[in-house]
Amino acid sequence: MDLRFTPEEIAFRDEVRAFFRDNVPAKTREKLIAGRPLDKDDIVTWQRILNKRGWAVPNWPVEWGGQNWSPVQRYIFDEEMQLAPAPQPLPFGVSMVGPVIIAFGNEQQKKRFLPRIANLDDWWCQGFSEPGAGSDLASLKTRAERKGDRYIVNGQKTWTTLAQYADWIFCLCRTDPAAKKQEGISFLLIDMKTPGITVRPIVTIDGGREVNEVFFDDVEVPVENLVGEENKGWTYAKFLLGNERTGIARVGLSKQRLRRVKALAREVGLMDDPRFREKVAAVEVELKALEMTQLRVVAAERHRKDKKPDPFSSILKIKGSEIQQATTELALEVAGPYAMPYVPPQEGRNEPPIGPEWAAPLAPTYFNWRKVSIYGGSNEIQRNIIAKAILGL
Amino acid sequence: MDFDLTEEQRLLKESVERLLADRYAFEQRQAYQKSPEGWSRELWRAYAELGLLGLPFAEEEGGVGGGPVETMIVMEAFGRALALEPYLSTVVLCGGILRRTGQKELLPRIADGSLLLAFAHGEPRSRWRLDHVETQVENGRVTGEKAVVLHGDSAEKLVVSARDGKGRIGLYLVDAGATARRGYPTQDGQRAAEIRLDGTPVEAVLAEDGMPLIERVVDEAIAALAAEAVGAMTALQELTVDYLKTRKQFGVPIGTFQALQHRAVDMLVATEQARSMAMFATMMAGEEDAAERRKAIAAAKVQVGRSARFVGQQAIQLHGGIGMTAEYKGGHYFKRLTMIDQMFGPADHHLERLAEAGGLFD
Repeated sequence: MDLRFTPEEIAFRDEVRAFFRDNVPAKTREKLIAGRPLDKDDIVTWQRILNKRGWAVPNWPVEWGGQNWSPVQRYIFDEEMQLAPAPQPLPFGVSMVGPVIIAFGNEQQKKRFLPRIANLDDWWCQGFSEPGAGSDLASLKTRAERKGDRYIVNGQKTWTTLAQYADWIFCLCRTDPAAKKQEGISFLLIDMKTPGITVRPIVTIDGGREVNEVFFDDVEVPVENLVGEENKGWTYAKFLLGNERTGIARVGLSKQRLRRVKALAREVGLMDDPRFREKVAAVEVELKALEMTQLRVVAAERHRKDKKPDPFSSILKIKGSEIQQATTELALEVAGPYAMPYVPPQEGRNEPPIGPEWAAPLAPTYFNWRKVSIYGGSNEIQRNIIAKAILGL
Repeated sequence: MDFDLTEEQRLLKESVERLLADRYAFEQRQAYQKSPEGWSRELWRAYAELGLLGLPFAEEEGGVGGGPVETMIVMEAFGRALALEPYLSTVVLCGGILRRTGQKELLPRIADGSLLLAFAHGEPRSRWRLDHVETQVENGRVTGEKAVVLHGDSAEKLVVSARDGKGRIGLYLVDAGATARRGYPTQDGQRAAEIRLDGTPVEAVLAEDGMPLIERVVDEAIAALAAEAVGAMTALQELTVDYLKTRKQFGVPIGTFQALQHRAVDMLVATEQARSMAMFATMMAGEEDAAERRKAIAAAKVQVGRSARFVGQQAIQLHGGIGMTAEYKGGHYFKRLTMIDQMFGPADHHLERLAEAGGLFD
């Protein structure tokens, strides 16, 4: 047992760290540190910088631009990206639909979509949740009816993140309403420019416009955009959701946020208050434990023969989301009275700030971050998974 | 980075676990506890035969040259078995002091099981402050009172801390028979003693300026206790899940109820977070930078204390009435975990220390 990184791993870390230090555009970095939202251009520009370096899709197979990194290297890469901070690549293409196409798509789909995902030429969004299908995702109702060489799609998706920018949406649709609910679902790739698609924003409690409703009204989708087999979509969705859980601990992000909380708290004198210091230290202890737990999961990966998601990753999701939320709550406390003024996010940055500039995004971030224990399989669903898969209850 | 045990470490783990599975069933443990000394001399000899008592000592000192990982393996197994023997006192604390203070002739006697030691440091008014020592040493004689000395009743020799005329806190070896001792059981079934020294002669001066060494071995002991707590927590968590699967109410196993399932999951999460920090403490126990080591150990003590409290309390609750009975093993884990949190300062004490030192991340 040697819990230190090897010299090779340290060399890799230094290389990655230097790249992030030298290549994240200054305005993007400033927004990330301040907790202000990124715009489309920030995200696309960064993805192309990564792609040029060959690091856009490290988890993919080498033939599609992947890096064949060890689990530890992948961990280091993610951690350094969050610490830098650099924008995390949009998960919808790189971590969600990309791996599904690689695992279950045909050659034509791979050639058509994968390079454009890596370079963010196509912006993807996720069409899973529906108004009546959240935790019970398999009860989804959006219908895709086969008519010759097309599917006709009707229904509604919701909580669709950044659909306002999206070129494509991957959708779970019901293709066999007579079958058992998990067995009649198919995985379709749909061009967002197809007639009959309407995107309507949902304003969230932080005032942000991050998620949307997407309506499908007789939308025609060519059958060549079906991934894998018809009615096997649930299998692909489970594969995708398993991938989603592993990256969700976000230890590096929480470290970066705690550093900022401490720096700001020192500035306003709050670090002189032993009660606040101890609250910060308590979160740091939990975070250190989570970091070690994540490293245990990462290290165990090379012993795993099957590719199924480790149910242990549900622990990372639960603790990771709780700790991220705790850091936003600490930041809110640092803001003090200047947590209160509401500045609409759409407003230009020409107006002089009310109070210190750093304080304005802290309350919205706290509000917004309540989402992390809900999305990606709510923490209650994660507990169900652990109860069944680890405890055998 | 690598969490795997070496081949030797795996063998050590298997042999300790096998020994304890054979000879430390709960009924046997209760019998050892009721014996006059409150633990088993027979098991102590078995530990010696396995090499556990010389674990941290070099081979030329009769030991096996093990490090913090080997100690972690043994302590975790002891935690699972609720072992009662004076291992922490004799091997980890006093062995840790003696091997760093040139007492090489005593180490083979620890390793072969013939010498028992206790670390007489805490005092009636010191609470958790390591540097609060009123006991005096003058002209080779020690006078003072030592409180809740773990296994102080059965020890042959004591490592005593005392302040000299220059105000330095030193460490001195004394014959335990030359002190006045009042031994007693602790809440968790272990043993301790109140000890009075009244001009007790010093057999050997171990360190005249002993604070850095005291802090170092206490940090090592906390890392060892963290591993013991993880062993106890893991066993208690498993015991609870088994109970949820077998206990029926309303015609079904109570483990089918989601409220109880989620509680059991939170116990698992708490246990795994503690295990991670016990590993971190093990890794940092050998850290030479005392400030870094102290922060890491404090952080581990916070996590382990909080996890232990949660797992212990929830285990009793999920067992219902059975959890309250003295004849059931679960309550004994709870009591041991509660006392481990107290030892060398509870979670809040270490959180305060960690926060004062600037926290973990900068």
